[in-house]
Amino acid sequence: MKALVAIKRVVDYNIQVRVKADGSDVDIEGVKMGVNPFDENAIEEAIRLKEKGIVTEIVAVTIGAATHQDILRHALAMGVDRVTLVETANSLAPLAVAKVLKAVVEREQPALILLGKQAIDDDAGQTGQMLAALLNLPQATYASQITIADHQATVVREIDGGTQTLSVSLPAVITADLRLNEPRYVKLPNLMMARKKPIETLPLDSLNLSLTHSVQQLKVAAPPERPAGVMVKDVNELLSKLRTHEGLLP
Amino acid sequence: MRTLIIAEHDGQHLNEQVARAVTAAQHWQQPVDVLIAAAQADGLAAQAAALQGVSTVLVAADAALEHPIAEHLAALVVPLAANYSVVLAAHSAFSKNVMPRLAALLDVNMLSDVLEIVNSNTYVRGIYAGNVLATVQSSDAKQVLTVRASKFSAAATGANAAIQSVTAPAAPEGSRWVAEAFNKSERPPLAAAKVVVSGGRALGSADAFKDVLAPLADKLHAAIGASRAAVDSGYAPNDLQVGQTGVVVAPELYIAVGISGAIQHAYGMKDSKVVVAINQDPEAQIFKIADYGLVADLFEAVPQLTAAL
Repeated sequence: MKALVAIKRVVDYNIQVRVKADGSDVDIEGVKMGVNPFDENAIEEAIRLKEKGIVTEIVAVTIGAATHQDILRHALAMGVDRVTLVETANSLAPLAVAKVLKAVVEREQPALILLGKQAIDDDAGQTGQMLAALLNLPQATYASQITIADHQATVVREIDGGTQTLSVSLPAVITADLRLNEPRYVKLPNLMMARKKPIETLPLDSLNLSLTHSVQQLKVAAPPERPAGVMVKDVNELLSKLRTHEGLLP
Repeated sequence: MRTLIIAEHDGQHLNEQVARAVTAAQHWQQPVDVLIAAAQADGLAAQAAALQGVSTVLVAADAALEHPIAEHLAALVVPLAANYSVVLAAHSAFSKNVMPRLAALLDVNMLSDVLEIVNSNTYVRGIYAGNVLATVQSSDAKQVLTVRASKFSAAATGANAAIQSVTAPAAPEGSRWVAEAFNKSERPPLAAAKVVVSGGRALGSADAFKDVLAPLADKLHAAIGASRAAVDSGYAPNDLQVGQTGVVVAPELYIAVGISGAIQHAYGMKDSKVVVAINQDPEAQIFKIADYGLVADLFEAVPQLTAAL
């Protein structure tokens, strides 16, 4: 069966972004970028399913400018078979992304659609569920374990206070949680080989979609800073601060 | 128009976040309805009807809704949505799963984890793990959103709203609930606890969580939390993870033990009223957001603290 993995290029998770002086947006000029961490779990899972003989071909897709080819190369180096860049200069909201991915799914007809559970830039966590809705397919989000047999996926999901197990018939949309797996380290020879592989490019306009841009970012700001705290010298001083100053402890 | 809240529950009790979502819903100054989808809904409907500010409780009672899945819930709400200009829920694993599916079926964008409602279509929400606050405006005719419950107070009880039943659609094919496993604990639930004692990788073992952290949590009647590093190392179960990818907490007192304070962790706890950090590394990020910092060996300081309480 074919698996489609949708991935997003985001600011590296170790980097603390800054707000532009005019508050119009976040300043990501020259900042290290990479594959959204949860999407890397999705890629890894597809590769593991291929290694088990369940998945036969893996296609990775991303949406963005030509610079986004770097994360597709990363996916190829991990072990993805084919990659597609839907090229656009605009940044799209989750609903628009889901509409673009729907068009790609209709073209590729995968039996399994994998995404990360959320992107660490906008922290929206919507795209997978929206894609499942638009395709009228079952969804299983926050997957920490996926077992596939007889065109059914049994998915253990992370929920508040524990886990839930769902059984979904394929094709289905599954979103990856961090605990699904540990993405493999990409070896340099694989990265070199991935440089030579073709990247299919689809101009967004060629998909003939009507995308709405109904959410506008008015401004961004740094959150109010917590007032500077105090360092205490020992446990007794800490206790007296919490008791007398904060009135928190008996 | 009206505002609809999708209520989360465990079959017997409304999630305490529903009462907070009711407060958030007052911003639109229009009638607020609450939807209960359950197998046995009478008790749940009565709990929702008692919340001050609720106009009508809509009840979809159907055996197939004993463990409601996103596909079923979204299909239930779509036909109801014609009467509503706002559909909201508290931001939890339950609604994070359902609301985007619903929004897409309604062909509108969605606002996730709203911290502040500025006006009827403008919101403040955190991006980049809460390191940036974005003010966003939606021009959609229907506003679909989830709100950060800890940013809104709970609606009072004592009211007596009308209860009205609605028909549930047939259960969708293709998805089936199989099982749930909850981690049982005598401690208060992490998301709602007044005191949280959290441990990081520096604890070094699951035994240290039990031997060092638990006695302190017992004395303080606290929930136990953990950093992602501690969860990944197997020192604490998944559902105790505090952070961007875990539970967001806002207790009166947060004690971070052996936690470095990575931005992803800070996201989950920086709304805490008072933050105490105990860490051996004086350079740890956590000291920048702590109200009280103690540079010390946690294996000495925490037992001392426990003994002194």
